[in-house]
Amino acid sequence: MILTLLILILLAAGILAAVSARWSTQLPRWISLAALAVDLVLAARIWAVRSLSPSTRWIAEVDRNWVPNFGIHFHLAVDGLSFLMLILAFFLGIVAVLCSWTEIQEKIGFFHFNLMWVLAGIACVFLAMDLFLFYFAWELMLIPMYFLIVIWGHERRVYAGTKFFLFTQCSGLLMLIAILALYFLHHQATGVYTFEYSELLGTTLSRGAELAIMLGFFVAFAVKLPVVPLHTWLPDAHTEAPTAGSVILAGLLLKTGGYGLLRFVIPLFPRAAHEFTPVALVLGVIGIIYGAVMAFSQTDLKRLVAYTSVSHLGFVLLGIFSWNALALQGAIMTMICHGLSTGALFVLVGGLQERIHTRDLDRMGGLWTVAPRLSASALFFSLASLGLPGLGDFVGEFLVLLGSYKVSLALTVVATLGILASTFYALRMMQRAFFGPNTNSWRLPDLKPREGLIVGAMVLGLLWLGLYPQPVLNAFAPAMDNLQREAQITSAALRGQP
Amino acid sequence: MNATTVNTNDTLALLPLFLLAGTAVVVMLGIAAKRSHALTAGLTLAGLAASFLSVFTAAPLVPRQVTSLLLIDRDALFYLGLIIASAAVVAVLSYQYFAKHDGQREELYLLLVLATLGCGVLVTSIHFVSFLLGLEILSVSLYGMVAYFTDRGQALEAGIKYLILASASAAFLLFGLALIYADTGTMSFSSLRDLSLSGSNLALLLPGIALSVTGIGFKLGVVPFHLWTPDVYQGAPAPVAAFVATTSKTAVVALLLRYLTGAAQQSRAVFFLLSVIAVASMFAGNLLALRQNNVKRILAYSSIAHFGYILVAFLAGTTMGASAVAFYLVAYTVTILAAFGIVTVLSTSEADAADLEDYRGLFWRRPVLASIFTAVLFSLAGIPATMGFIGKFYILASGANVSAWPLMLVLVLTSVIGLFYYLRIVVTLFSASPERQFSMQRLGRGSAFALGGLAVLLIWFGVYPAPLLNLIRATIGGLN
Repeated sequence: MILTLLILILLAAGILAAVSARWSTQLPRWISLAALAVDLVLAARIWAVRSLSPSTRWIAEVDRNWVPNFGIHFHLAVDGLSFLMLILAFFLGIVAVLCSWTEIQEKIGFFHFNLMWVLAGIACVFLAMDLFLFYFAWELMLIPMYFLIVIWGHERRVYAGTKFFLFTQCSGLLMLIAILALYFLHHQATGVYTFEYSELLGTTLSRGAELAIMLGFFVAFAVKLPVVPLHTWLPDAHTEAPTAGSVILAGLLLKTGGYGLLRFVIPLFPRAAHEFTPVALVLGVIGIIYGAVMAFSQTDLKRLVAYTSVSHLGFVLLGIFSWNALALQGAIMTMICHGLSTGALFVLVGGLQERIHTRDLDRMGGLWTVAPRLSASALFFSLASLGLPGLGDFVGEFLVLLGSYKVSLALTVVATLGILASTFYALRMMQRAFFGPNTNSWRLPDLKPREGLIVGAMVLGLLWLGLYPQPVLNAFAPAMDNLQREAQITSAALRGQP
Repeated sequence: MNATTVNTNDTLALLPLFLLAGTAVVVMLGIAAKRSHALTAGLTLAGLAASFLSVFTAAPLVPRQVTSLLLIDRDALFYLGLIIASAAVVAVLSYQYFAKHDGQREELYLLLVLATLGCGVLVTSIHFVSFLLGLEILSVSLYGMVAYFTDRGQALEAGIKYLILASASAAFLLFGLALIYADTGTMSFSSLRDLSLSGSNLALLLPGIALSVTGIGFKLGVVPFHLWTPDVYQGAPAPVAAFVATTSKTAVVALLLRYLTGAAQQSRAVFFLLSVIAVASMFAGNLLALRQNNVKRILAYSSIAHFGYILVAFLAGTTMGASAVAFYLVAYTVTILAAFGIVTVLSTSEADAADLEDYRGLFWRRPVLASIFTAVLFSLAGIPATMGFIGKFYILASGANVSAWPLMLVLVLTSVIGLFYYLRIVVTLFSASPERQFSMQRLGRGSAFALGGLAVLLIWFGVYPAPLLNLIRATIGGLN
């Protein structure tokens, strides 16, 4: 029940925020903030009061009949993986509200409505254990995101928003066909119509069908992750979105892709995923290198940060398809840390744009002298992004490389070059924007307390994840064991099939 | 049962049609006695309501064949209910729309009731004669409705276009039916239910079916019989366009289900013919809509595509396919009525609010109307939490059930193309308000009620479709 509540609170807060904008411009912000804080506490409480017996698959769940005619359930459940993603979602939600505090001055009520509803959709994606519900939430989170981009975005917002929507919708529909195919093949095999995740595990599929259905899922997640060459919506959407939109896109929406691969693609289709592994690993490495090279050649600061996402999420793909304990732990760490470090970079770039009204690197320079706190924070997150040991990203990428080393030496070596390349783009960004002479004689206010609060929290988070990542890995461990066990169940069911 | 006598229970089963016919007479006499817009609209609505209620009193008596022409069964009652309800919404919208106009407005309601009667005959028909009768009652009433504003050039153009093309397609249809009759020797639809039982001369039968598809395809506005659609939608008064888009097309789809389901499943040639029409409609409708700037024309092209989708479910066959068609028709009817409801409400006495520019920044001026319109567009695009999504899901499910992968892939691909122009309208709704002044049309109580109800249905059945699915399961395909 409490899981439904988590989503309902966000939905209700969205409506309340939209209505309350009639009376006050500040009220929507406070309502959103309060709702997210309550959700964060509730989620933490679910974790704190969990029973430690390893026999139960889920820490908490709710399961109701929704559309009995089709065997559709309203089934939400949380395990370690979902929990970590939820916490990330609520935390970055708070960041998104805070960083729009002064940036968004128009249509405040509707802005927060969209913000709350996109977060509700994301939370539902992380919790849904019924494939229909999952698809429902998957599509539903796009609409508020689309509005965030096309209403409050920058110059080319309509183009970027439409492109984002078309890419995700097209791949989503392919996933819907794949879900339906799985649904009917499961019915053929067992006589039961169900979209339930745990029942669909171990469906006997022919080899061709398994591969085709797996690809349907993979494409949808690959567009979100994003995997090169399906990434082209990302630089546009991230660049044109308002700061809060960029934070949520980079920090959460991309993670839904990684989450989907972890939760659905490999456990449901282990044999096909195994056959597909070489392709996926190569795509991951291409993403790592390509993203880094593209980031290096950008002059638009926000676009630069966007391309670094392509590079970092390449590690996630590499880790997931390596499918061993180390690589999976690395993938999940990378997902979380990327959410923090890149989210923070978007907050800083957004703050910078609010102050100097440009994102063009060529027009910056020497900002350290006028805004030392902002510049120092940017340096911190750049270092995190380039994989400085002691910060979270390093742990994630290092674990991924350790894991993938067992699978493919050659690809691991190339991927490591990607870390090297990240040094170039991160330092180039710092040098062009913040160091050197202040040729344009910029004068701007430094970080405000509100921004300092956001940035400080994210600094602490990255330090914690970098220095003592064990709690996160422990939280993820049972979920990871379950995922691997589920994949084996399906494998066993498939063995002997042609 | 002797097919030529009609007993009391037959009469009760036919009551919805009798009441429609009676309403037409009453409305006509009412206009003759006293010309009053409100009175005429009231009489029409009362008649439609009575007819709608009689659907429920007829329900325990079905299935019942009345003469060799009409069969009232659960499917027919379901579609009758849908047709009458949508006609009632059109009447409500017409009241607001025509209240802004001077001149003789009352006859429109007469034509509306007659057209609804034609639709009713179509959905109950099992015989070529009732098929043609229904089609002609519908068509002749529509000529008058489409060209109701005789002082508007576009309306006249639309009316003439519809008249000529409808007549031509009816001629093709008649010839096709004649060929089928020549082959099978019977005018009953049952001759097509099982092709193997009918005469072996496919050289007559298949051209006959193909020619009769011309008539059906014309009414549905599917490619290649779609050329009238954008002009008629654009030229006709908004509520009439809503009627053409929903009520008349629903009736023809219901007829198609009865007329060709057997043939489409048994004959590869018929299946192929309809598949080509479906694919061409999905592509043409969505592609041609891309460059339009007129909301009514966009809705016209989008309807071409939507009937392509419906044909996919029809081709999937089985009870699931028929149920998917039924659900999609309900979803489509609700959505399109809401869409034209918005157009109606925003229209002025001079012109319909059809230009995309009329909608710029609507959300910041009329948030509720714009929110409903947004939900409508998302429903047309098949985005979750709207009926359109469940409908599309149902069609895809019925396709997957019979492994019709090529058709499904075309459906997915073209609906992504379609998304593009729906999003264009959404962006317009939410973009900044332009400088120019908009006349604020007041929202009539009836229209507000109708629009609100449609919007609630749109979301409610989009989120919780179980009641409607149960209704469809209880009615559709149970007896085929």
